[in-house]
Amino acid sequence: MIPELGHIALILALCLAIVQGVLPLVGAARGMPGWVALAPQAALGQAVLVAFAFGCLTYAYVTSDFSVLNVAENSHTLKPMLYKVSGVWGNHEGSLLLWILILVIFGAAVALFGRNLPATLKARVLGVQGLIGVGFLSFILFTSNPFNRLLPAPLEGNGLNPLLQDPGLAFHPPFLYLGYVGFSVAFSFAVAALIEGRVDPAWARWVRPWTLAAWCFLTIGIALGSWWAYYELGWGGWWFWDPVENASFMPWLAGTALLHSAVVVEKRDTLKSWTVLLAILTFSLSLLGTFLVRSGVINSVHAFATDPTRGVFILLFLVLVVGGSLVLYAFRAPALQGVGVFAPLSREGALVLNNLLLAVACAAVLLGTLYPIALDAINGSKVSVGPQYFNAVFIPLIAPLIAAVAIGPLLAWKRGDLSVALRRLLPAAIALLIALAIGLWLIDGRSFMALLGLGLVAWLGIGALCELSLRIKLFAAPVSETLSRARHLPRAAWGMTVAHLGVALLVMGITVSQTWQVEVQQVMRPGESVQVGPVQYRFLGVSPYKGPNYTAQRGRFEVLEDGHVMHEMQPAQRRYQQPPMETTEAAIRPSLLGDLYAVVGEGDADRGWAVRLYWKPLVSWIWLGALIMALGGFLSLSDRRLRVGAPARRRSDAAAAAE
Amino acid sequence: MTRKRKRLLAVLGLVGGLGIAAALVLSAFNDNLVFFHSPSDIAEKQLPAGRLFRLGGLVEQGSVKKDGLNTDFIVTDLRASIPVRYTGMLPDLFREGQGVVANGRLDAQGRFVATEVLAKHDENYMPPEVAEALKKSGQWHEKAGDHAKLVKPGS
Repeated sequence: MIPELGHIALILALCLAIVQGVLPLVGAARGMPGWVALAPQAALGQAVLVAFAFGCLTYAYVTSDFSVLNVAENSHTLKPMLYKVSGVWGNHEGSLLLWILILVIFGAAVALFGRNLPATLKARVLGVQGLIGVGFLSFILFTSNPFNRLLPAPLEGNGLNPLLQDPGLAFHPPFLYLGYVGFSVAFSFAVAALIEGRVDPAWARWVRPWTLAAWCFLTIGIALGSWWAYYELGWGGWWFWDPVENASFMPWLAGTALLHSAVVVEKRDTLKSWTVLLAILTFSLSLLGTFLVRSGVINSVHAFATDPTRGVFILLFLVLVVGGSLVLYAFRAPALQGVGVFAPLSREGALVLNNLLLAVACAAVLLGTLYPIALDAINGSKVSVGPQYFNAVFIPLIAPLIAAVAIGPLLAWKRGDLSVALRRLLPAAIALLIALAIGLWLIDGRSFMALLGLGLVAWLGIGALCELSLRIKLFAAPVSETLSRARHLPRAAWGMTVAHLGVALLVMGITVSQTWQVEVQQVMRPGESVQVGPVQYRFLGVSPYKGPNYTAQRGRFEVLEDGHVMHEMQPAQRRYQQPPMETTEAAIRPSLLGDLYAVVGEGDADRGWAVRLYWKPLVSWIWLGALIMALGGFLSLSDRRLRVGAPARRRSDAAAAAE
Repeated sequence: MTRKRKRLLAVLGLVGGLGIAAALVLSAFNDNLVFFHSPSDIAEKQLPAGRLFRLGGLVEQGSVKKDGLNTDFIVTDLRASIPVRYTGMLPDLFREGQGVVANGRLDAQGRFVATEVLAKHDENYMPPEVAEALKKSGQWHEKAGDHAKLVKPGS
C-alpha cells in the first residue's frame, strides 16, 4: 500500500510540476497576477509530494519490503540500518528520486526565502524550476520507477554493493546532488533574466547566495568522494581523472567561475551576458554529469552496471535544456549590455582572468572526458584518455590562476595598480623564495612540479594573509583598532580569505603527498619488517575474522618509529555473502603530518602475503583544504548582505552604489 | 592608450592565451590517447612492441599463475588469446572467467606486460570494450550473466 501511495504522490507531483512550469510563465508574460501567484504554492506543494514519495521509499527500505523490486535488488535484511537508509540512493532509481527531492527543496526554498523578489521574476524562476522538475519526474515515472512491485516477493534481497556500505559514501551522493541541483537555481535565475531581458546588480545579489551554497555542497561532495576512493578502494589514490570524477569536477570548475563573475555583475554592473552564459553552462554540466554517470555511456573504473536505454531520455532532456536555453541566450544576450568601463588591470580584470582560466580548464577536462565517447560513436574505435593528459593540460592552466589569486584581491575595482599590489605582496614574495630554497634543498631540484607547488603554496598562502592584514591594519595600527577592524570586516571578506587559504592547503597536500610519498609493494612473511619512509612496518600475520555480513582475513602490522612500537594496523580482505564479493579494507592511520596506509592481499603462511604499504605525507591536507574552502563559502554565505532572503532591489542598488 | 587600442590588446592577449591553451591540449592529447585492442586485434594486426595500449577480454579459466607479486594469466576473447604478466597487487574483482581491462605494452616475445589492471566496482559489470570485443569475435551471449555461466561451468 505504502509504495503505491508513493507512486501516486510522484504522479501528482508531475501534474503539479506541469502547472508550475506553464502557468506562472504565461501569467508573467501576460500580466495575470493570479497565475503569477500560483508559482510559490505549486513549488511548496511539489516539495511536500516528493518528500512524501521519498519517505515511502525509505520506509520500504527500512522495513525490508522485498515486494518492491528496487528494494529486493538493492537491500538485504542483514544490512546495518544506516546502509538501509543510504541504500535508498545507492541505486539508479533511488538516486534519481533524491535528485528530484533536492530539486523541489531548492524550489520550495526559493518560494519561501525569496519573499522580496519581484513577483514576476520569482514566478519565472519557479516556472523554469518547474520545467526541470517535469523533465526529471517524467524520466523517473516512465523509465525508472522505484515503486515497481515484484510478485511474488522474495524472502531475501540481493544486498547492496559492499563498496557502497560505507559512511563516506552514504553522504557523498546527497552532497554532490545538493551541489548539482543547487546550480539549477542559478540556471533558473539566468533563464528568467533572459526572458525578462534584464540583469542588474540586484539580480547578481540574488543569484550569488544560491550559487555559493551549491558550490559549497559540491566542494564537500567531491571531497567526500575523493576521500572514499582513497580509503575504500585500497589503491591509495585520491583522484584518478576518471570520467565519473570529471563529471562532478566540470560543474565545480564552471561554478567556481560563476561565483566570481557574479561578483563583477554585482559590483560593477558589467560582464552580464557572460555570467548568464556561465549559469546556463554550469547547470548544463551538472546535467551532463548526471547523464554520464547514469547512462552507462562511459567506461569508467567507477562505472556501475547501468542501463543505456535510459541514457537516451537524459540525452534528449539535456539537448532540450542546453539547446533551448542557448537559443534563448542567443536571442536575448545582446540586450544585456554592461555599463562599466573595463580596464584589464583591475579587480574585475583579475576576475575575468580567473574566469578565462577556469573556463579553458573546464573545456580541456570536457574534451578529455567526451572525446572517447565521441570517437566511439563516430567510427567505433575505442580509445581512452589517460591521467597524463589531464595533468599535462590542467596544471599549466591552474598554476597561473593560483598565482593570480594572491594578486587579484589587492587590485582596486575599476583601475588597479599592479606595482602597488606587488609591493604589498613583498612578504609573499619572500615566502616564495624561502619555499623555493627549501624545495631545492629537499629534493635537489629533481622535481619541477614539487618546486612549482611549494612556490605557489607560499605565494598564495602568505599573499592571502597579506591581504587580510592590510584590511585589518595588522601591525600598522594599535591592536585595539586591528581587533575592531577584524570584527567589523564583512563575513564575505573573511570567507574569501579562508577559501583562498583552503586552496593553498589543498595544493600543499597534493604537492607534498605526490612528491614525498613512499610506496612498498612486496611479499612478506610473519615476523618480517620493512622500512617505509620514516617508519618501520613489522608484519605479525593474518588471521580469519567474522563480521555481521561478511567474513574476512585480517592482517596485523606493528608500526615502529625509532625502534618503538607506535601503533598496530589491521588491514583486511573482506568477503561478503550477499552479493558475493571481495573488498579490500585498507588500514589507515591518519595524522596531520602524514598517513600510514597498509593493504594486505592474497597469500598463505608458506609463501607469505602480498602487501602494499605507504607513507603519505600531508595527504589529509587535500581534504582538509577542500573542507576549508567550503567553510569559506559558508562564512561568506552567512554575510548579512548575501543572505538568501535577498534585500530589496532598491536597497541593494543603493548599497552597490555606496561601495 | 586609446580605448580601441586597449580593446585590441585585450583581444590579442585572449587569442594568444587561447592559442597556447589549444596547443597545450592538442600536444597532450596526441601523446596520451590510449587505444583499445582485443586479443583478436593483436593477432590480426601485428601491433608493434613497446607501444602503450589497453587490452580487454576475459581471464581464461585455469590460466592464473601467481609467483610472489608476479601474476601470469591469459586474456581471451574466445577466438584469440594473449599471455599477460602483471607485477603488483591485483584488484579485488580480478578473477578467472571475468572481464578484465589492462593497460600495458607488448614485449619482444609477444607477451602483454600490464602496468595497470583496472578494477570494477560491480561483479556483474562487463567492461563495454570487452563486451564489444566478445561481440566481434562472435562469442557474445545476450546477457553478461549467461555468459559468465557459460565460461564458468560448475561455479
